[in-house]
Amino acid sequence: MDYVRSDRGSSGPRLPLALKILIAGGFGAGKTTLVSALSEVRPLQTEEVLTSVSIGTDDLSGVEAKTTTTVAMDFGRITINEDLQVYLFGTPGQDRFWFLWDELAFGALGAVVLADTRRLADCFPSIDYFEQRGIPFVVGVNCFDGSRRFGIEAVRQALDLDPEVPMVLCDARDRQSAKLVLISLVEHVARQRGEPVPVA
Amino acid sequence: MRAEPPGPQHEWLDGAAGPVVRPYTLTGGRVRPAVDGFDLVAFVLAGPGVAPSGQRGLQPEHRRLVELARRPVAVADLAAALDLAVGVVRVLLGDLLARGLVLVHEPPTAGLPDNDILKAVVSGLRAL
Repeated sequence: MDYVRSDRGSSGPRLPLALKILIAGGFGAGKTTLVSALSEVRPLQTEEVLTSVSIGTDDLSGVEAKTTTTVAMDFGRITINEDLQVYLFGTPGQDRFWFLWDELAFGALGAVVLADTRRLADCFPSIDYFEQRGIPFVVGVNCFDGSRRFGIEAVRQALDLDPEVPMVLCDARDRQSAKLVLISLVEHVARQRGEPVPVA
Repeated sequence: MRAEPPGPQHEWLDGAAGPVVRPYTLTGGRVRPAVDGFDLVAFVLAGPGVAPSGQRGLQPEHRRLVELARRPVAVADLAAALDLAVGVVRVLLGDLLARGLVLVHEPPTAGLPDNDILKAVVSGLRAL
């Protein structure tokens, strides 16, 4: 790829480093809620456009009959310090938009897969996606009010997770609860590399 | 009798897919930028001392992008600020890059950030 870049640390404004974390899971599992709970700014939306570009066309002129449609992606930001920012991207919920995930996942630090115990199977595709690509992930079991609370081991068994994949009960609406899910992801990433982050 | 199933170009289109739009009018139909790149978290920075007002052939959206990039700003944030699809913003940024009006700093792609960065992230998150 023909990346255009210039040296960090050269004259001019300092450029922060931005880390990407994906928030995945089935439709209605709480992805938007989790991003909202953690983002320091009102969660933003960006859109990706589905066009004939996905079948390799470079130019839409002359193909007026072709329609395009947009897929919204939620994102939020957490500023760690002036040099470091974490961007959270909610993945599009519909399976047919998976090709957008590849771009989202490129260079991502890792992912949170939100599971809703009422519809556990909805998060299987997300888990498969990250497993197949070797992208580190944790599973956040979103405990909705009134939803039946399964034992965490029962959920782990149902998901057939590798034993090293962390699983965290959480309330996606609650910032403190949501941040623990992210911390468990970053610690998991560090562990996978064999350099555990010491408990502060 | 069932209606004829929609053709392949309609399989995207339903309530969940969002509105049908013509976002690429702004780019004259171009759907790919002149160069690859422009990751969602790439930082864009206006070139030192550039004045897009003197440039011919730029749209208001081009000028807005340059103004927003006076400080480093991520591609995703630019798309949100202009309320334009990321793909459209990439094409516009490609135009600006070709004219030397902005610099684009792609995020590092080689492996994981080092352990000090992960530690900083964990302690930053703990402090939230």
